[in-house]
Amino acid sequence: MEEVRTILLHRSVYQDNDEEADLLRTYLKEKKVFVVNLMSSPGAGKTTMLTSLINRIKNEVRVGVMEADIDSDVDAISIAKNTGVKSIQLHTNGMCHLDAGMTKCGLDAIDISDLDIVFLENVGNLVCPAEFDTGASIDVMILSIPEGDDKPLKYPLVFEKSSLVIINKIDTIKYFNFNMNKCVETIKRRNKNATIIPVSAKNGDGMDEVAKYFINKVKEFKE
Amino acid sequence: MHELGIVVHVVKQVEKLAKENNVKEVVELTLEVGEVSGVVKEYFVDAFEWAKKRTEYMKNTKLNFIIIQGISYCEDCKDTFPTTQYGKTCPKCGGGNTYLVTGRDVSIKDIKVV
Repeated sequence: MEEVRTILLHRSVYQDNDEEADLLRTYLKEKKVFVVNLMSSPGAGKTTMLTSLINRIKNEVRVGVMEADIDSDVDAISIAKNTGVKSIQLHTNGMCHLDAGMTKCGLDAIDISDLDIVFLENVGNLVCPAEFDTGASIDVMILSIPEGDDKPLKYPLVFEKSSLVIINKIDTIKYFNFNMNKCVETIKRRNKNATIIPVSAKNGDGMDEVAKYFINKVKEFKE
Repeated sequence: MHELGIVVHVVKQVEKLAKENNVKEVVELTLEVGEVSGVVKEYFVDAFEWAKKRTEYMKNTKLNFIIIQGISYCEDCKDTFPTTQYGKTCPKCGGGNTYLVTGRDVSIKDIKVV
């Protein structure tokens, strides 16, 4: 009978990824490329919001987009066609989120040497993307009116991690029981430093403010 | 699906460790899973059973789960309370000036190897 040995670890499952993510952040700081990890549910309007945002900032900063999905390349094609900026599609092969290793592969593939800001459109999901650090410079989430004002209660982590919360589809607010004050209050309780900007990516309301936010962030980052 | 992502990370780390330590196989794996980590044990076990067939050292590994209680701290009362029962609201003062202390993490406690 062979002897059974015990190897003690007490090691967080996330630790390897967290270390990789920190390395990536240091690398991006050196390269002066600002990477935005964009999270939301499926259908919150990430691609529409990005298109509208990029068209407002592309003359001031050099933009790249990495679209992560389980499959298909509809988002990357749509971004490229509607904004003209460099975009690539990453496939997660069934995984529900991106991790730091996948992000680094994507950044190598898109070639960041001529970019100031890269938007990483994470897989549509409010749970896993928040748990795996991508190594991005900033986490941003999009909540949309039809999803309801209770989402910050149900998925607290993603709201706690995000520096900016964009509340999209405000043009539809009259059709839904969405209490904006209550929603803002719940987000602030979980994350008092969060910036919250209500927008309609479709008709452009609030989008100039979002554009200004990112332009300033890139400037601060490069200094 | 969420559990699958975590399983993949666990398997990757254990396989690496097994290789580094020149073991023949991993007999047992014990995880500490936080009550508010969002991991559903049944889903995790299913994903683990799927993943372990594709490994080198973990084909017969038995999986043990230790649940770590979710505990939050109220900064106003300077006291702790169970998170799953009260959420973000302190049961003593009713305030929301609280934060999670334990219970979010998933960690590998130890492995038994031959």
